[in-house]
Amino acid sequence: MNTEILGVILQWTLLVVLCYPLGRYIAKVYRGERTWLDCMAPVERGIYKFCGIDPAQEMNWKQFLKALLTVNLFWFFWGMLLLVLQGWLPLNPDGNPGQSPDLAFNTCISFMVNCNLQHYSGETGLSYFTQLFVIMLFQFVTAACGMAAMAGVMKALAGKTTKTIGNFWVFLTRSVTRILMPLSLVVGILLVVNGTPMSFDGKQTLTTLEGAEQVISQGPTAAIVPIKQLGTNGGGYFGTNSAHPLENPNAFTNILECWSILILPMAMVFAFGFYTRRRRLAAWIFGVMLFAYTAGVIVSVWQETAGSPQIDRMGIAQELGSMEGKEIRIGSAASAMWGMTTTVTSNGSVNSMHDSQTPLSGMLQMLNMQINCWFGGVGVGWMNYFAFLIIAVFISGLMVGRTPEFLGRKVEAREMKIATLVVLMHPFLILVGTGISAAIAAANPEIGWLNNPSFHGLSEMLYEYTSSAANNGSGFEGLGDNTPFWNISTGIALIMGRYFPIVGQVAIAGLLASKKCIPESAGTLRTDTGTFSLMTFAVIIIVAALSFFPALALGPIADYLTF
Amino acid sequence: MKQNQNNFLFDRTLLRRSLRASFTKLDPRQMVKNPIMFTVEVVTFAMLLLLVWIAVTGDTSQGTLLYNSIVFLVLLLTVLFANFAEAIAEARGKAQADSLRKTREETPAKRIEPDGQSHIVSSSALKQGDLFECVAGDTVAADGEIVEGLASIDESAITGESAPVIREAGGDKSSVTGGTKVLSDRILVKVTARPGESFLDKMIALVEGSSRQKTPNEIALTILLAGFTLVFVIVCATLKPFADYVGANITVAAFISLFVCLIPTTIGGLLSAIGIAGMDRALQANVITKSGKAVETAGDIDTLLLDKTGTITIGNRKATNFYPVDGVDKKAFIRLCVLSSVADPTPEGKSVVELGAAEGVRIDPVSMVGVRMVKFTAETKCSGVDMPDGRRIRKGAAEAILRLAAEQGCACPAEIAATTRRISENGGTPLVVCENERIMGVIELQDIIKTGIRERFERLRRMGVKTVMVTGDNPLTAKYIAEKAGVDDFIAEAKPEDKLEYIRREQQSGKLVAMMGDGTNDAPALAQADVGVAMNSGTQAAKEAGNMVDLDNDPTKLIEIVEIGKQLLMTRGTLTTFSIANDVAKYFAIVPALFIASIPSLGALNIMHLHSPESAILSAVIFNALIIPLLIPLALRGVTYKPIGASALLRRNLFIYGLGGVVAPFIGIKLIDTLISVFF
Repeated sequence: MNTEILGVILQWTLLVVLCYPLGRYIAKVYRGERTWLDCMAPVERGIYKFCGIDPAQEMNWKQFLKALLTVNLFWFFWGMLLLVLQGWLPLNPDGNPGQSPDLAFNTCISFMVNCNLQHYSGETGLSYFTQLFVIMLFQFVTAACGMAAMAGVMKALAGKTTKTIGNFWVFLTRSVTRILMPLSLVVGILLVVNGTPMSFDGKQTLTTLEGAEQVISQGPTAAIVPIKQLGTNGGGYFGTNSAHPLENPNAFTNILECWSILILPMAMVFAFGFYTRRRRLAAWIFGVMLFAYTAGVIVSVWQETAGSPQIDRMGIAQELGSMEGKEIRIGSAASAMWGMTTTVTSNGSVNSMHDSQTPLSGMLQMLNMQINCWFGGVGVGWMNYFAFLIIAVFISGLMVGRTPEFLGRKVEAREMKIATLVVLMHPFLILVGTGISAAIAAANPEIGWLNNPSFHGLSEMLYEYTSSAANNGSGFEGLGDNTPFWNISTGIALIMGRYFPIVGQVAIAGLLASKKCIPESAGTLRTDTGTFSLMTFAVIIIVAALSFFPALALGPIADYLTF
Repeated sequence: MKQNQNNFLFDRTLLRRSLRASFTKLDPRQMVKNPIMFTVEVVTFAMLLLLVWIAVTGDTSQGTLLYNSIVFLVLLLTVLFANFAEAIAEARGKAQADSLRKTREETPAKRIEPDGQSHIVSSSALKQGDLFECVAGDTVAADGEIVEGLASIDESAITGESAPVIREAGGDKSSVTGGTKVLSDRILVKVTARPGESFLDKMIALVEGSSRQKTPNEIALTILLAGFTLVFVIVCATLKPFADYVGANITVAAFISLFVCLIPTTIGGLLSAIGIAGMDRALQANVITKSGKAVETAGDIDTLLLDKTGTITIGNRKATNFYPVDGVDKKAFIRLCVLSSVADPTPEGKSVVELGAAEGVRIDPVSMVGVRMVKFTAETKCSGVDMPDGRRIRKGAAEAILRLAAEQGCACPAEIAATTRRISENGGTPLVVCENERIMGVIELQDIIKTGIRERFERLRRMGVKTVMVTGDNPLTAKYIAEKAGVDDFIAEAKPEDKLEYIRREQQSGKLVAMMGDGTNDAPALAQADVGVAMNSGTQAAKEAGNMVDLDNDPTKLIEIVEIGKQLLMTRGTLTTFSIANDVAKYFAIVPALFIASIPSLGALNIMHLHSPESAILSAVIFNALIIPLLIPLALRGVTYKPIGASALLRRNLFIYGLGGVVAPFIGIKLIDTLISVFF
């Protein structure tokens, strides 16, 4: 048990120590300063030339968003086409058929919005071609898309008054060539060394020790897993995701993969500090996020390692903690840590069954996604925090007797309208979705969606919508979600949960950027202080977390109290 | 005047008027302007329907009629309290304005017809552009500009200041206000504003709400609060299917109570009262604001332009020293100086006589028979007397007197240049005195910096406001005074264009600028400034250009206005924080109460150990309603502003209103629960 806890502490330390230099590097990449990966420049020039992009063109926030949305639409058609036609395409040694249009639609949307909710199993539902050119490609570009959006926001907040917020295409390309690709390469090689398959051979038939025959799926797994983790994507190569022994072979790969989930979202916070030259502010934002994340990890690790009281009552020893739904090679502490890490970010990959974790862990996982800004998805997580920051700035600005301003720009009615809508959208999607499904489930008890009745059943539905709206993609599971109702309703939540905030947050940044920059004075509210950080934290807890309190009280809290 | 204004809150007629208004404001067409309280009114109406339904059917599955009636009454009270807050703020503003308006009730006016005849008409018959005449003893019938004559006027009715002021045609002091009294002489006044359209009337309309518009900050805050309200609509509406699913039965009263408690009713109910109170406070400071926005902007001011004279220094320069040249007896020199000033009516001249008297030199006016006065003209730049014995005594600016001496071939004593420079460097103004063109010595005039002004500038600096002194003095003198008074910057030898230029430059760098002015040539700068305060004594053009009018003509008023603006924003911010922080306790009061009957184990969330679900819900709504009237005095008075820096201020307010907002309802709800647990 102590080794497990030490593993958790090691992983935490590796994250906190390494994200700072990485953040500085990312800032340099977006600023266009010299880095040791300038050797990628010819590749990038090739891409710009091929796509007819003028990398020197500066976009205003509307043009920026137009480019972002257009390329997303293009990816949607690209993905749909390949998924439906994969049966006829090459690299299909197992002869898997094309996806039905409705399944393709679901898969495509879910990967396009960086959510990776999977209603198929990788072993049978995809060919190697689509694994690489839909799944892996989307895992790169959608992560890069979120990062590019944040780069635009950083550019908007960094300079003096400006109408333009940079070139979307350049940010997008650089995110892939200089951040995601090199990191994935390193992680991928480490995975291959540890036994993750990387081949184009089809299923392998093996004879087990008992003499039975077993068919083992394989393929270019090591190429996909790194970006799955690094890009806060989470869509597993195999159906059981990182609980699968080939996707996550041992304790080392577990630490590596878990580290990969959080490293970029953490680094992005510091990248903001370096880019805008407001390192103190970035450090405070990082502090708030790290505090919330660490608190969750401590509670969850404690809950999982303590074991389940029900099994205790049966008189069964649980030295390893609560092991239901967990892998023995990973252990309860590392599974709890992963559960927190994958939900604070919008990753959603799993190495254990979240449904089987203790109620408080389950509640914290939901709460992480409901708040959706403790680090969050690459780029977009910080942007969610930014929306809360605007609201906190507004209230505290008034509290010190000045028209609120953030980084020298006045926050006025238009920005408040957008920030309020963005903040409002998240509980709306989650609560209304769960409300409708709860009403249907209550009216038709035989509908057969839920594995568990009562409070835990409500948790399962709440988790599904929470995960969709937060673009997380992890499932509580235990929910029969492959029905038209769940496909469509979660699909809507996915799209709204992705594009609505991005558009809103980039718009706020763009609007702020074009305003006159007010020089700081003694009357200016400083945002890089502990007091203001506390204020932001309180706003997030009261506005985001507490609005889920009644729902959580009937789900996991009631579950816990009756456990 | 300030004394009795604080009593307005407890004035009986005001209370009665406000109580009546709280009910008339229930009109949904009026309520809809305030989205938060409007939703409370809607759900209160829903409660009423439920009451009727229970009364008719006798069904008690939704709780007893008594319990539901109490919930209904408390909700209704919540709305009424909010309306009362707005009404009392309006009533106070109106009462204040009325007391000012009383001075300008119907008065007879001597209107001058185009043919030159004068007719006595009522002041209400005066139209813009009409001419009327006032002689000593008359009350000025309408706001206007003097076109002919000069008069001393008692403005105490408007300003509370009993010392009469001089107003004359042409120049910057040509404006008269309706209701003031002419004490001497005769003036011809042109009406500039029709009765009913003066600034005061505009302000009354603003306070009464007929022309009141939400300020940009208020709009942004309303959007945020409406957003919070919507979140809780979603939270409460979706709770129904959740509860159905787990088999918990929630009554309508409980749903509505949860909703009303969670939405920010405290700030929602007090929001407009806070805005009106801001204008009221400006009016209490005898400042008429032309819009609510101007008051708010005042809180944001980064740069303050202040005239030196009257603001930083006491009105005029005073003589402080006599420096005779070598070989001239000091007593004799002082005597010369006093002689030269005895007939000088300017404040400088008077101060020379005073200083002379202090030095023991007095001149009997009788001995002045036969003395001829030489008045100051822009051409000669000196003044003085011609004595009957032929002596010509002159005093004036150094260059003027030196030129005079040089023309007559008189030598200039060597030490004069050194003395005058030394005086200049020390912020003084040298006056050189000569007798028959022979230079006799120098009088030092000093600006007297107002006591306490340094501390006020220090306070402004801590607020983050930069102060700029505007003066016609030479840069040397200006620099000295600027340093001595503690202003951050100065504009020396200022022309009106310089002010405008300075304001533009500051605004270009993103700053908000406030200034005060009175003259017509100040008008462009007043219009350009973000907050332009015109003095009531100033010209009509200046008053039109600015967005506030100071009835007291007090140049230091800007400092007060900045604080009023800051208070206004702070009150909004702190009450919003308080309102939202309250939700924590309300969740813990109501959520367990909703489910405890169906899911007893959720009783663990009842951390306040409230007596029963009914008592818990009632205590929460009662607390929610009572907190509004309890906070009305704070909303009207405003949160105290302390210039301790933004971060410290945030820490302080977050501690009081944030932490206080979390803790207070825990205590309040528990107390109310203890009281009503006897019944429920």
